[in-house]
Amino acid sequence: MTKVDARGLSCPEPVVMLRNAMASGEDAYEITVDNTVSRENVTRFAEHQGYAVSVSESDGEYTLTLKR
Amino acid sequence: MKLKDRKLGIIIAGAVMGVVAALLVLFGNPSNMGFCIACFIRDTTGGLGLHRAAAVQYIRPEIIGIVLGSTICALATKEFRPKGGSAPFTRLILGFFVMIGCLMFLGCPFRMVIRLAGGDVNAVFGLIGFVLGILAGVFFLNKGYSLKRSYKQPVLEGAAMPVVQIVLLILLIAAPAFILFTEAGGGPGAKHAAVIISLVAGLIVGALAQRTRMCMVGGFRDVFLFRDFRLLCGGVALFAACLVTNLILNGAAEGTFFKLGMAEQPVAHTDWLWNALGMLLCGFGCVLLGGCPMRQLVLTGEGNSDSALTVVGLGLGAAFAHNFGLASSAAGPTAAGKVAVIIGIVVAAVIACCNTFGKKN
Repeated sequence: MTKVDARGLSCPEPVVMLRNAMASGEDAYEITVDNTVSRENVTRFAEHQGYAVSVSESDGEYTLTLKR
Repeated sequence: MKLKDRKLGIIIAGAVMGVVAALLVLFGNPSNMGFCIACFIRDTTGGLGLHRAAAVQYIRPEIIGIVLGSTICALATKEFRPKGGSAPFTRLILGFFVMIGCLMFLGCPFRMVIRLAGGDVNAVFGLIGFVLGILAGVFFLNKGYSLKRSYKQPVLEGAAMPVVQIVLLILLIAAPAFILFTEAGGGPGAKHAAVIISLVAGLIVGALAQRTRMCMVGGFRDVFLFRDFRLLCGGVALFAACLVTNLILNGAAEGTFFKLGMAEQPVAHTDWLWNALGMLLCGFGCVLLGGCPMRQLVLTGEGNSDSALTVVGLGLGAAFAHNFGLASSAAGPTAAGKVAVIIGIVVAAVIACCNTFGKKN
């Protein structure tokens, strides 16, 4: 499973990183962000690409697990 | 329903902002300038005496309200998170030149939409340049452009700019001798709604923008990058609501709120090429910054000190623009202003290249 570390980055960068990572066509990805805007935007983008998104939060960081 | 999760939320927010913009003109703001982030930061800079253009000196409560509205919302939703350290000086420089671009066109992206809703066809050329500038920024984003990550900061670092806004509000109300005010009839700076109306309007706009992440640059950028129309819906709603409100108000005062054409539009000039190039610089610079001037104010309210420095850069750009004759007027752009816009586009391109193709660490 490809992991993307987008902590500290503001949108649209996390979504761009995820989109570029998705070029590999895997069924699961994990991306870590540290702000709610990125969490929302990554979730919306991933769901639009057909992935189910689950989120876990720890110390202000959000780890989003994407599966399809 | 979570406001931020639905297109309906941002459409309603955009519509409210459009109505607020039109009503602010009714209550005394300059025509087609219900709120303009660039113009109002410029006016505030003048009110503090940092430039000496007597026609545009007034500490605008709308700016104060937008930052504080965002702060209040961010505190209420636990989104006030002080952070910074992502290329702060680069952001200040970009903010500086974004303002140079805005003052070539005479308006920020929000005023561009508000001008369109007032029938100002010159803004169509601004919009064309704006979109081209965003496309340039999107090109670099797709190639890996980044100003690198930001880091958590102490509370004071994030709270400083909201506190500065409270100080500005005190200075506006107390009006000590060193705070400048455009004399009645002396120019756009003299046209303003009552302080309380402007402040409340700013608080409403700031709160809505914080909740919905409203951003004019983000609207087009997300469409080009991801085919995501959510933010753009907000901009379109703002335009539609402002247009309808202007047309209704125009029934009572013909030609005051809506006048279709290019000539003799309020606080605007008819040089289509430089209207376009000014907004090209604005759009390009704002994509590199991650958001339009309004979004920078809102992020500042959330404790982002990088955005606070961007706002300082915008103010610095305004001071330079008026001290050195770079800002346009109704008579048109100045030769020095044209040179400054070209330099700005080159600087933005260099910043984009260095942070896209430069050595990664």
